Amino acid sequence: MSFPVLPVILLAPLAAALVLVFVPKDEHKLIKSVAAIGTFVSMALSFYVYFGYDQTLGGLQYVIRHDWIQDLGVTFFLAVDGISLPMLLLTNLIGFSAIFASWNIGTRPREFFILLLVLITGVMGTFIAHDLFIFLLFYEVVVIPIYIMVVIWGSSKRVTKEYAAMKLTIYLLIGSGFLLVGVIALFTKSISILGAPDMSFSALAIAGSQLSAFDQKWLFALLLFGFGSLISMWPFHSWSPDGYAGAPTAVSMIHAGVLKKIGGYGLIKVAVVTLPVGAHFWAPWMAVLGIAGVAYAAFGALAQKDLKYVVGYSSVSHMGYVMIAVACLDVIGLNGAVANMFAHGVMAALFFSMIGFIYEKTHTRWIPDMGGLAHQTPKLAVGFMMAAMASLGLPGLISFMPEFTIFVSAFDNYGGLAVIGIAGIIITALYVLRAGANTLFGPPRTEYDHLEDIKGVELVPLVVLGTVLVVGGLLPSLLFDMINSGVVPLHAEISNVLQLGGNL
Amino acid sequence: MLVEFALHHAWLVPLLPALAFLIIVFLARPWPKLSAFISVGGMATACFFATLAAYGVFTNHQYTEHPLVYAARWLTLGLPGMPELQINVGVQLDPTSAMMLFMVSFIATFIQLYSVGYMKGDPGFSVFFSYLSLFAASMLLLVISSNLLQMFIAWELVGLCSYLLIGFYSHKISAREAAKKAFVTCRVADFGLLLGILGLVITFGTLDLVELSERVANFREYTTFGTMTLLAILVFIGPIAKSGQFPLHVWLPDAMEGPTPVSALIHAATMVVAGVYLVGRMLFLFHEVPVAMDLVAITGAFTALFAATIAITQREIKRILAYSTVSQLGYMMLALGVGSLTAGMFHMWTHAFFKALMFLGAGSVLHALHHKADVWEMGGLVKKMPITSWTFVIGGLAIAGIPPFAGFWSKDEILVVTLNGGHYILYAMAAFTAFLTAFYMWRLIFLAFYGEEKPENHPHESPWTMCVPLIVLAAGAMTVGLLGTPWNNIWAEWIFFGEAHHSGEIAWGAMISSAVIAVAGIYLAYTLYLKDKEKVKVKALAERYKSLYNLSFNKYYIDEMYLWFNHTMVDGSAKLFYLFDIYVVDGIVNGLGGFGKLSGEGLRVLQTGRLQNYALVFFLGVLAIAVLMVFAGPSTASLVLGGVM
Repeated sequence: MSFPVLPVILLAPLAAALVLVFVPKDEHKLIKSVAAIGTFVSMALSFYVYFGYDQTLGGLQYVIRHDWIQDLGVTFFLAVDGISLPMLLLTNLIGFSAIFASWNIGTRPREFFILLLVLITGVMGTFIAHDLFIFLLFYEVVVIPIYIMVVIWGSSKRVTKEYAAMKLTIYLLIGSGFLLVGVIALFTKSISILGAPDMSFSALAIAGSQLSAFDQKWLFALLLFGFGSLISMWPFHSWSPDGYAGAPTAVSMIHAGVLKKIGGYGLIKVAVVTLPVGAHFWAPWMAVLGIAGVAYAAFGALAQKDLKYVVGYSSVSHMGYVMIAVACLDVIGLNGAVANMFAHGVMAALFFSMIGFIYEKTHTRWIPDMGGLAHQTPKLAVGFMMAAMASLGLPGLISFMPEFTIFVSAFDNYGGLAVIGIAGIIITALYVLRAGANTLFGPPRTEYDHLEDIKGVELVPLVVLGTVLVVGGLLPSLLFDMINSGVVPLHAEISNVLQLGGNL
Repeated sequence: MLVEFALHHAWLVPLLPALAFLIIVFLARPWPKLSAFISVGGMATACFFATLAAYGVFTNHQYTEHPLVYAARWLTLGLPGMPELQINVGVQLDPTSAMMLFMVSFIATFIQLYSVGYMKGDPGFSVFFSYLSLFAASMLLLVISSNLLQMFIAWELVGLCSYLLIGFYSHKISAREAAKKAFVTCRVADFGLLLGILGLVITFGTLDLVELSERVANFREYTTFGTMTLLAILVFIGPIAKSGQFPLHVWLPDAMEGPTPVSALIHAATMVVAGVYLVGRMLFLFHEVPVAMDLVAITGAFTALFAATIAITQREIKRILAYSTVSQLGYMMLALGVGSLTAGMFHMWTHAFFKALMFLGAGSVLHALHHKADVWEMGGLVKKMPITSWTFVIGGLAIAGIPPFAGFWSKDEILVVTLNGGHYILYAMAAFTAFLTAFYMWRLIFLAFYGEEKPENHPHESPWTMCVPLIVLAAGAMTVGLLGTPWNNIWAEWIFFGEAHHSGEIAWGAMISSAVIAVAGIYLAYTLYLKDKEKVKVKALAERYKSLYNLSFNKYYIDEMYLWFNHTMVDGSAKLFYLFDIYVVDGIVNGLGGFGKLSGEGLRVLQTGRLQNYALVFFLGVLAIAVLMVFAGPSTASLVLGGVM
């Protein structure tokens, strides 16, 4: 591979951020254009990589690897496989849309877009790094811009934005603290097994699977807590609704859309592969927590009157499905987990961008204060309803097949217990339709007669994410074949270890 | 040649309306007339192909044994412990689906034509046609599905269209709530259906209808009888809501909030029979489990009777028709439950014509009376609206079961198979329902179209786009039943499950009694509502049996019960969960945070930063050591200090 496409994808937003430093702070149009171009380059190239990836060959492709810190065995290792590619694409789809969802930002746009671009870079980095050290580095890069963005550009509702920002940040830091302890322990133990320090995913996977069952179990528990709190696993989810509600639209989009998926991604690509015996031991607990999360957060969403809280709880609920799917530890479940992360990302980002526009126009997110908005802002209503329908898993939209595959796997592995989780689709329908009906339909209110529908560049999130929503729903093989090419070898590794260990 | 093409390209039938939908949404929306033209044109072309395909199927007997199936890969999934599950989307053409394909596209074409007149001047005219096209596409996709998952997808899509169309007048709160109710009610049932489908995938490893039917026939190789029973019952839950069976029928009468063509197309002729169609398609599954068959039959018979007892007291014209639909769907389920695909599908076929006709007639009346819906405020419409009235009367004769109109033959077929199956109680229920049906439908006719004209009404006949569909459907309501007369039962030769049953001898007894029952119902309606001009007897009856009357008029308070459950139980537990979340879960989180903050503050006190304080502590420490050394002796003191340090 002569053209270093992954580094370009990674650095394009960063380059744009760098350019923005030199752009005068009052040139609002120019600032936004630069940001849009930077993310567009990444998005276009990640499409190129997605469709250029050879699925029959599988494995890691577009590899870039350079030695970095030799004493620690750290290499600058970028590559993609069938699991990381969808996440990379998702990050760029949402990143690009998030720029346009923040088009009307008034205060300090230059600083806002610089931070947003850094954030996007950080998230992308986690998905293409195949060295654990680099992975963690990118992950920590992500936390800082989020804190600043929530505090400066966020909004206070039930809780103050300062509280929301603090909760979000501390939760993620505590989670990553446990993660770090686990990773360091794993790393030190791996040196003696491998003979030399090596931080790459593949080397750690070899070392980790040779650890004693006891080691695997407690190490997995640490990683599970770390990644679990990132993916808002019940009962470590409470940062999520408050955080999203406090955050500005773009941050909510990226956070709910991709950032929390780092948790699920890490769980699959790091924790499960490296510590299969540990994963096998904790799987029933993960399933129970996942199912509890689905039902609990669905009811939680039903009680909300603030649109962002509805979607916030809803995302906790949907991530519960990912937890269940990972806990199944079979091909179809892991397929479903990754696909559902992709699907939920697109849907949640669309949802938050539409809610962002509603808030921008009406200055409220309080559902009882709204109604009949479909009459004044029909396009907004279309976007909202598309996201709502995807959320309740309507066939023909992207989230149906992922949920279906998860249900197949969960029903097969956990039987009656899974039924509680599957029943979540009823409550989901209830709360999204209720939110939609009370916001968009009913008699139009005169105080909103002056509202303008979204137009021009404001339509970008709807067009981009809406297209993915429909195309992914009608042609799920575009997504599933890719994921399957990554999941099958990964699952082979796990089951190999589990069979050798005789299901310790 | 063209027939062959249509047979092997039957996917064009759903595709054409789907294209119409896309074209309207993205291009033609600003021009209402163009939108209507594209929609109706797409639908008519689809109907043309459907007719050819149906012709192809009904001229070749091999398709009754071996359906014509062609499919393409949609998605491949690795199944645990089994070969990969390949999900295909495809076409399965056999007499049942060919009949449905023709029926749906035929009726949809005329209803779209009717809508051109009915929706004239509506601000959402183009949008309405785009929804109608999308609905037709989804429904036709459902009909031709060769795969259960494909069918489920289409099933949910018709649900979406129904949601959009019921809530079409979205500024009305009632429409908004009715749409939501329809979706959520069907969702509850689809949960059951989904579980059934999941169970079928896991047990049999395929969702392909033909393969599934082969494996189900040998189900003992795969699973136990108990699992089969569970699977069949789960699958049946879906149709309970979709086809308005008790106790999930509640959404269907409310669905009349949508524009009338929608009620006719979706909530009478096509979508609501999707549940019946699904049961018919899956009859190979139910057939293995007698318990499930009984459940289907009993649900059907009970629903038929139950809905009829509600219909007799309703006042709104579309509501009466809605309960009548629920009741007729019950008949179809009953037929399937007693094992006769022939009778169930036959009634579905005739019902589609006469019920669509009656809904369109009702729409014509509402159009003329500016949406005054109460039948008691109508009267004598026959003089000003002859076409609407006469076609409606034909529909009334058909549904009441007067020979030789369509409904007579299909209803008679159901009654005969029920009786022949030895289900005497179900027969009695069905026969009594037939009496009530004739009664409530003719009550409507006598009140609305006959009697004295009301001076405040100024009715007028509707435009030709509305009258032509009425006439065409009326012709259908008169004749389509002749396909299945006992003397020459063409229907039973084509559409059957298992063996084509052909008794040979004609059940005169059942036939005559059902005709007598129908006439008796009409006569009772005549004496109460037309002959008795002041309606004295009716009022006296209602007064005398007031509690029964209220029970029926208020639909047995089932809606209220659901509402109560939803508001207290579901919302209550939601609130409970939420409070738990912010007080307990968040409380712990904040508590931990608070603990950290407090201990930080506590420790901070020690670091005052004042040299004097540090010096004081230092001094006190030295003093303590000195005291210790003096009073305890050097050896103990060193021990103590060693411990301290």
